Amino acid sequence: MKARFGRSRQLSQRTAFGLLILATIIVVVPALFIIAYIIINGAGTIDWEFLAQAPSQAGKAGGIFPAIVGTFYLMLGTLIFSLPIGVLAGIYLTEYARDNWLTRLINMAIMNLAGVPSIVYGLFGLGVFVLALHLGMSLLAASLTLACQALAMIITTSREAILAVPKGYREGSLAVGATKWQTVRHIVLPQALPGIITGAVLALSRAAGETAPILVVGAAFFMSGLPQSPFDQFMALPYHLYTVAANVPGMPKSTMWGVALVLLAVVLCFDILAAVIRLRTRQRRYGS
Amino acid sequence: MTENNRVPPNDIGLGHNKTKLRTERVNLYYEAFQALRDISLEMPERAITAVIGPSGCGKSSFLRLFNRMNDLISGARVEGRVELDGTSLYESYIDVVELRKRVGMVFQKPNPFPMSVFDNVAFGPRRHGKKNRAELEEIVERSLHHAALWDEVKDKLEQSALALSGGQQQRLCIARVLAVGPEVILMDEPCSALDPVATLKIEDLMTSLAEEYTIVIVTHNMQQAARVSDMTAFLMMEQDRAGVLVEYGTTSQLFTNPRDKRTEDYITGRFG
Repeated sequence: MKARFGRSRQLSQRTAFGLLILATIIVVVPALFIIAYIIINGAGTIDWEFLAQAPSQAGKAGGIFPAIVGTFYLMLGTLIFSLPIGVLAGIYLTEYARDNWLTRLINMAIMNLAGVPSIVYGLFGLGVFVLALHLGMSLLAASLTLACQALAMIITTSREAILAVPKGYREGSLAVGATKWQTVRHIVLPQALPGIITGAVLALSRAAGETAPILVVGAAFFMSGLPQSPFDQFMALPYHLYTVAANVPGMPKSTMWGVALVLLAVVLCFDILAAVIRLRTRQRRYGS
Repeated sequence: MTENNRVPPNDIGLGHNKTKLRTERVNLYYEAFQALRDISLEMPERAITAVIGPSGCGKSSFLRLFNRMNDLISGARVEGRVELDGTSLYESYIDVVELRKRVGMVFQKPNPFPMSVFDNVAFGPRRHGKKNRAELEEIVERSLHHAALWDEVKDKLEQSALALSGGQQQRLCIARVLAVGPEVILMDEPCSALDPVATLKIEDLMTSLAEEYTIVIVTHNMQQAARVSDMTAFLMMEQDRAGVLVEYGTTSQLFTNPRDKRTEDYITGRFG
């Protein structure tokens, strides 16, 4: 009786273990397959000409330089508009706001904002920035639109990073007569910074890949030159990929895969950057 | 509690020391919960006063009255009078930042900041506007000497404070408090996370610090209270879990000849 009971426990242990491994494989294998497929099909297209020249013949020939630069500008604009406001809001919500129903409601609303479909942000940007504020279809309007989307994530991750700073540090600082702001500035922020930066980089990497919102607020299908001011339209990698893949008949397959590979590389660079920042600060904190 | 638990300072053998800290009929509430009830006592200057009692009786809450650390907890409310040198501390005109410079605090778990030994000690002076490097170096060295830590860390001032041992970290926290020039040092179970050797070092340090500073220590360790303190206050919970002052007197009187039956039961280990 006892032995059989033991065996059945062992069986359920093995089943659970097997299911967990299976689930992991189901997640990891397709991701690796997609990445490998894009690299194999796209690598042949990537050369200096592809990266450094403007497209010609509706993208069938030439390169994607304006799209790379446009995405870079877009990231910069998004960063400028979202990071300072996001971090300050995160500080306010954790350190200063009273813990009451209003604060909790705001926190919940911000978390839900992170889950709003990106096309909704696009329409919001079209209504507010492009039309109401007369910014037109422009780099500025697109940056502001993506910043709105990134804000939700930056505030949420900033809050978590700030909350993770041990209470003992705050008490130790206040107990030697530091003011609240001095405590935030010299103790809490330096400790929370790695977490904040990681969150910001991930939010940016997500914004870098967005197609839907910029589609309606300023991305151009084709530009021979680079945007000259924030009020110009611009090209961007994800939108360019969408057009070459779906809207241009007779597009060479290799070009599509090439654009996809460059976009993937940009996003992966951001993710790797975030991982490196996290790793380095972990070493600094726990290592020698 | 009743009036006869209040002990005038002249009866307690330290009559030559003037009163530094005083509470009068203090009640402390967290929202609806009463943490302290009707506590009145006077603590002499340049002496060590120990606050003992079972867990949860409000010892730490009592200690935090004197640097207004309870203010950080939303819903905390104080009734009655808390005084430092005769000045009431719970008044709108009291600058809490200035108060905490005069009344420092050492916590249960050593909490050095994740920065260098030097920066830890210089943290307070820097926040109060001292920028001159030579002046800071002088303050850091003096504070570390005072905290009996200088000889152990003088060659690693620029190393991370987190690399120090637990006992060294706690003495560093004491040095950090000394660096802002306090008059009173509040210690909230400063040895509960330390081994016996490190504990003895802190106790020796407290004794020498008491020549200059007024020290109030919360401890659940009765031997420690008996070893280091001049005065002892015994707190206990009532039925509704509010802390009350059962007995207050010189340490020798309280431990050898307690007036209250509950004190006797506690110090002889019958509960708590």
